[in-house]
Amino acid sequence: MSLDSKIPAGEMDKKWTDYKGHVKLVNPANKRKLEIIVVGTGLAGASAAASLGEMGYKVKAFCFQDSPRRAHSIAAQGGINAAKNYQNDGDSVFRLFYDTVKGGDYRSREANVHRLAEVSNNIIDQCVAQGVPFAREYGGLLSNRSFGGTQVQRTFYAAGQTGQQLLLGAYSALERQVALGSVTMYSRHEMLDIVKIDGKARGIIARNLVTGKLERHFGHCVLLCTGGYGNVFYLSTNAMGSNVTAAWKAHKKGAFFGNPCFTQIHPTCIPVSGDHQSKLTLMSESLRNDGRIWVPKQKGDNRKGVDIPEEERDYYLERRYPAFGNLVPRDVASRAAKERCDEGYGVGTTKMAVYLDFKDAIIRYGKIEAGKTGNEEAAHHTILELGKAVVAEKYGNLFEMYEKITGENPYEVPMRIYPAVHYTMGGLWVDYELKTTVDGLYALGEANFSDHGANRLGASALMQGLADGYFVIPYTLGNYLADEIRTASIPTDHPAFVEAEKEVNERITKLMSIKGSQSVESFHKRLGKIMWDKCGMARNAKGLSEAIVEIQELRKQFWSDVRIPGDIEEMNPELDKAGRVADFLELGELMCMDALNRNESCGGHFREESQTEEGEAKRDDANFSYVSAWEYKGDSNWQLNKEPLTFDIVKPTQRSYK
Amino acid sequence: MEHYNMKLTLKVWKQKNSNAAGSFETYQVSDISSEMSFLEMFDVLNEQLVNEGKEPIAFDHDCREGICGMCSMYINGRAHGPWTKNTVCQLHMRAFNDGETIVVEPWRAAAFPVIKDLMVDRSAFDRIIQAGGFISVNTGNAVDANSLPVDKKDADTAFDAASCIGCGACVAACKNSSAMLFVSAKVSQLALLPQGQPERETRVLNMVTQMDKEGFGNCTNTYACEAECPKGISVANIARMNREYLKAGLNSEAK
Repeated sequence: MSLDSKIPAGEMDKKWTDYKGHVKLVNPANKRKLEIIVVGTGLAGASAAASLGEMGYKVKAFCFQDSPRRAHSIAAQGGINAAKNYQNDGDSVFRLFYDTVKGGDYRSREANVHRLAEVSNNIIDQCVAQGVPFAREYGGLLSNRSFGGTQVQRTFYAAGQTGQQLLLGAYSALERQVALGSVTMYSRHEMLDIVKIDGKARGIIARNLVTGKLERHFGHCVLLCTGGYGNVFYLSTNAMGSNVTAAWKAHKKGAFFGNPCFTQIHPTCIPVSGDHQSKLTLMSESLRNDGRIWVPKQKGDNRKGVDIPEEERDYYLERRYPAFGNLVPRDVASRAAKERCDEGYGVGTTKMAVYLDFKDAIIRYGKIEAGKTGNEEAAHHTILELGKAVVAEKYGNLFEMYEKITGENPYEVPMRIYPAVHYTMGGLWVDYELKTTVDGLYALGEANFSDHGANRLGASALMQGLADGYFVIPYTLGNYLADEIRTASIPTDHPAFVEAEKEVNERITKLMSIKGSQSVESFHKRLGKIMWDKCGMARNAKGLSEAIVEIQELRKQFWSDVRIPGDIEEMNPELDKAGRVADFLELGELMCMDALNRNESCGGHFREESQTEEGEAKRDDANFSYVSAWEYKGDSNWQLNKEPLTFDIVKPTQRSYK
Repeated sequence: MEHYNMKLTLKVWKQKNSNAAGSFETYQVSDISSEMSFLEMFDVLNEQLVNEGKEPIAFDHDCREGICGMCSMYINGRAHGPWTKNTVCQLHMRAFNDGETIVVEPWRAAAFPVIKDLMVDRSAFDRIIQAGGFISVNTGNAVDANSLPVDKKDADTAFDAASCIGCGACVAACKNSSAMLFVSAKVSQLALLPQGQPERETRVLNMVTQMDKEGFGNCTNTYACEAECPKGISVANIARMNREYLKAGLNSEAK
């Protein structure tokens, strides 16, 4: 099958405007007759469901949590980018576009990224109008900060809770539509299959997680806004319930999976403390603006961080990357931490951590504050006190969170951090209209692959989720639905619904009938370990080939020996989890295959075979400037389709942060 | 931080579904590390139950970083347990000592029926938001974000109110099962901002009406809600909502 990305012709900065000017429209009377299913209610799903409801479509929205407000977008901390140029520092749509394409290490689609940069400004306007309380200056105008090493201040934020505030804005818009009757909300429901009729997505099979009963829902089209799949690694910064199930079911029904191996490993997370660990907690990247990262110069140094004198500390990022220092992009910072720990310089009880130290920042800020009051000769303890107050104002909530989890006070001792899986750039392959390779099936937000290439920049995930939901899908969906106005709602006793429900039912019954001896959790942990060890921060052909065999073996064991207590027709969290882990056990294999195929290093994907003499990532544009779009052909069987990437505006160069 | 292991006795509320009668069950766990979170201790217990062929305990949880508002356990008589300004998922086992007995219950309120074990139905909160917890602005209607300056003090106060995570601890902590802190936080956020002015009066009237309809109790100023709120939402919001409600009520009668 050939892939048509449907990128409009014309100049890069005119494509979206031209597209909108010529796309088909649906008149209001017809919108009322068209039904849309939205799965997932994070930033992408809630904004799409609300906007489409406002336009007059009949929307049904689904989430597995108890309320749409719980979706994991809520946990995003740092901020959201927009090319407003409110700070008069030379920002523009072009610069945001350029930075995002370069940051993605030239593995994203230029036209999509340009559109993202174009609509970024509308997002900020929309959120402010909804009452999202962004940070402000004394004059009452919006405040910005720089984020993730960009040279302009384009990040809008609400303390360390930007995702929460944006999601609550979208959630309130969604609930308003629920009250108006244009959106029907199904909470505690999980999508377990797509229903296809004559090649088009026409509905879903969902399980009511409270009663355990299966339900059939018709839609003229289906939107998957179901987030990323970082939980395939077991330990990640994702929420416990985050899963790939909806996207995976779509994949098995014909939607291609794009760049599955592209995973973002975030450098500043709280390290693993023991085998009991259930998830990892991110500490905002903004900490790297002031914190200095180091390890002892001496291998296996067992002294406490504060007892190691200055001259025995190796500030390895500042040493290796003098131009960017502690502010190198996420992928570079993560690999450097792993390299130091693998070499035996790690700190803490597990030795799988590095220090993030605020001592110098506290002294620097303390001196500035003392200087403001003319107290140049202030005593050391006064300087420390003043400095701590400044640091508390900037990062207080993060320091508090760190102390709650570790029991250590980061104002007194250096924080310990280590990289953790945070985001997946890969996802369902979509064209310019966000449509998958299945007609009528769309993917939005983190669930699609499109905008971040091989590495996502900070404060770009929120931007993309809301761009897709508020400002892209309301236009592109019309182009499909305009041809559907003559399609009457299909009753759910149609054979395709009956057959799909039967298949879902058989799978659940099969899971419950295994009655083996090992818990779902134990399988998930083992899968996570294989993925982290062999498809994590550094990958090589040997490890990936081994991982594929190990995952196949583990999957076989799962289907013959998993133990799921309880019954089908009741609230059964173990059964819910079993279905998700079963899908991760298939996805993991595809991720390893994709990583094995891509014998180059780019962004978050580091192949040990493809590095420079200094150990930096080496991209191979001649052979790998394409999107891998995998087509499901049956158990352990995929066909690779390639969408070639062309760069008309941002010419690929090797990234250097030295 | 010195780490230690402990043996604990847990008395946990078990209830098959919303119609069944519930009761406490007693469980023993050992080798619980002080570095675990409270929910990780529950993971250990559930894993143990699965391995023994018993049914694990159902509880709500998702982000495990204190922001989604899904976790909800009433521990030793306190919503979210012994630490202040904290959610259950962020509570760590160093808050407990070896040999202790811990009692764990679901949120108890008529408006939050139990679904199973420690899980409750908080959809009443969604319905209160549906009644008016929004600004009616369709996508695409917005003007430039900086054309609406907001006094920094008001913006900060609105943000503090907006940081509510909708967990329902305020209701669980209140002897009257009042939802005043939750409702007033949303009313305050939007009443403090210029964007919220056009619907200011109808919003508070409609949200309070819905709150009463859901069966939440009245506020008798015990401040238990503020004391147990994981985000430290202030009861000053309740005072503000009362003023807003009174003013809106008088105006609506005058009209």
